[in-house]
Amino acid sequence: MGLLSKKDSKLILDPLADNNPITIQVLGICSALAITAQLKASIVMAISVVFVLGVGNVVISLMRNIIPSKIRIIVQLVVVAALVIIVDQVLKAFAYELSKELSVFIGLIITNCIIMGRFEAFALGNGPWRSFLDGIGNAAGYGVILIIVGFFRELLGSGTLLGFKVLGDPISKTGLYALGYENNGFMLLSPMALIVIGIIIWVQRSRNKELIEE
Amino acid sequence: MGLKQNLHKLKEKYKGTKMAPAFNALHTFLYTPNETTHSGSHVRVVDDLKRTMNTVIMALIPCLIFGIFNAGYQHYAAIDNTLRLDPLGNFFTWDNFILGAWTVLPLVIVSYGVGLLVEFIFAVIKGHEVEEGYLVTGMLVPLIVPIDIPLWMLAVAVIFGVVIGKEVFGGTGMNILNPALTIRAFLFFAYPTWMSGDKVWVHGAKEMAGQPDAISGETILGSLAQNHEPIYSIWDSFWGFIPGSVGETSTFLILIGALFLIFTKIGSWRIMLSAVLGALAMGLIFNGVVDAGWIKDGSSFYGLMSETFWHHLVIGGLAFGIVYMATDPVTASQTNKGKWIYGFLIGFISVLIRVFNPAYPEGVMLAILLMNVFAPTIDHYVVQGNIKKRMKRLKAKTA
Repeated sequence: MGLLSKKDSKLILDPLADNNPITIQVLGICSALAITAQLKASIVMAISVVFVLGVGNVVISLMRNIIPSKIRIIVQLVVVAALVIIVDQVLKAFAYELSKELSVFIGLIITNCIIMGRFEAFALGNGPWRSFLDGIGNAAGYGVILIIVGFFRELLGSGTLLGFKVLGDPISKTGLYALGYENNGFMLLSPMALIVIGIIIWVQRSRNKELIEE
Repeated sequence: MGLKQNLHKLKEKYKGTKMAPAFNALHTFLYTPNETTHSGSHVRVVDDLKRTMNTVIMALIPCLIFGIFNAGYQHYAAIDNTLRLDPLGNFFTWDNFILGAWTVLPLVIVSYGVGLLVEFIFAVIKGHEVEEGYLVTGMLVPLIVPIDIPLWMLAVAVIFGVVIGKEVFGGTGMNILNPALTIRAFLFFAYPTWMSGDKVWVHGAKEMAGQPDAISGETILGSLAQNHEPIYSIWDSFWGFIPGSVGETSTFLILIGALFLIFTKIGSWRIMLSAVLGALAMGLIFNGVVDAGWIKDGSSFYGLMSETFWHHLVIGGLAFGIVYMATDPVTASQTNKGKWIYGFLIGFISVLIRVFNPAYPEGVMLAILLMNVFAPTIDHYVVQGNIKKRMKRLKAKTA
């Protein structure tokens, strides 16, 4: 990448794979289990977190020298809360149905451990540009897993992708359903999301043995 | 040149290659190996893993054969109700056997075929010997599913159960959950329309639904959960002339299997006995609640709560679960005291789930899985308690 130095591009690329917030650091699992039953919700959640973490990291990084360290958690919470409210209001204005579907989970981005984790671990000690890259990278790493999980859960659980009936119509028995195929209801339950994430972790670690913990 | 010699040669040929475990397994599955140990002392016991597994399978064979006849019998009896007037006379007929074999054997073949394939693949990838762990699971699975479950669903569930339920934990002997029940639980949550209701327990009931000659196959538990009087007597249910999962209907044969397992010391009598006691205790509590008048006729729990407490033992899959699956030595508690607690809670929770959750008319599957998870914790506290007790004794002595 010509645009970014090697060190900077590492900030974005590392969390996508070898230092993924979900599969390696095992953060942000709750929302990954709760909202991934549909691909659309996963994508919206991913974009929301990219926005919140990217902007939030910059804001915290700009303020890092004036925040008294005793109250830094409160300051961080105020920043996240403000950003989350913006996301929430935008969704309510432009995608009302979706915001109803995601319901409480947009609000719960505030409690997403990845966000507070990056504020604490990175933005408090680095400049705005690098913090921005770090935020985008980590949120994207989170989003990628969300989208993968959402893809499999919607495809196998409902037989649709983004609402399109890609496998045929289960009621009028077209496509795969004509052969006796049926949707896997287990895929729509949260335990299966955990198992799907587990399988992703398994695949990732068997491809890259260095990631296996002692 | 017998088959054994051929297999041995094949094994030698592939020795050291990636496929070696597969041929090894095939050879030792059928025969004792040609090699003998030459030096050193080795502890040898007759009941190795394979023998243990075979004993359980032997104990399951009567249930399988009964299940085959029952599959046919339930189908014909649902069409012609007069057959039920003389169950014994109309049970062991060729018609029943042929229809039953036609529907049950594919389940057995798919269960074993898919399950062993997964085991072979894992053995080859991991480079260890094929473990015999699937032999019993493969036999249990067809016995605890509804007769008309589509074969591809069974295959998917078996793959899931063996990989997620067992292999990810490290294979045979390392699993936390009973693999057969993991497979059933997967089917139950993934394809609920095929696993519960009144249309899945009798062959053909689902296809004929809505037609004028539609047949109903409500199980006893299903009827009770909806406060209907079941049409089967308690003796029917003891002998097993009732609809249900393939091989779990006959309490009589399960009892014989239980005695066989206890006699051969494969199954733990502590778990079986305490689970029966647990179920009876919960049944008595519910009977007491009804007698005290706290639950009135017309309440949605009334049917199951007022059922005479010991009936719970002969209806549904409770007996089968207690005898063949709660006693699984890998997933059960290991300590004797732990076995009493573990078994008791299985029986207790099974009946609890039965009564309180209409979505799960049979609770034994979930009760066993739940207690599987708690078994190590129970063992831990039993062992710690023992250590504490002995420390006290030691202190008293030395003081």
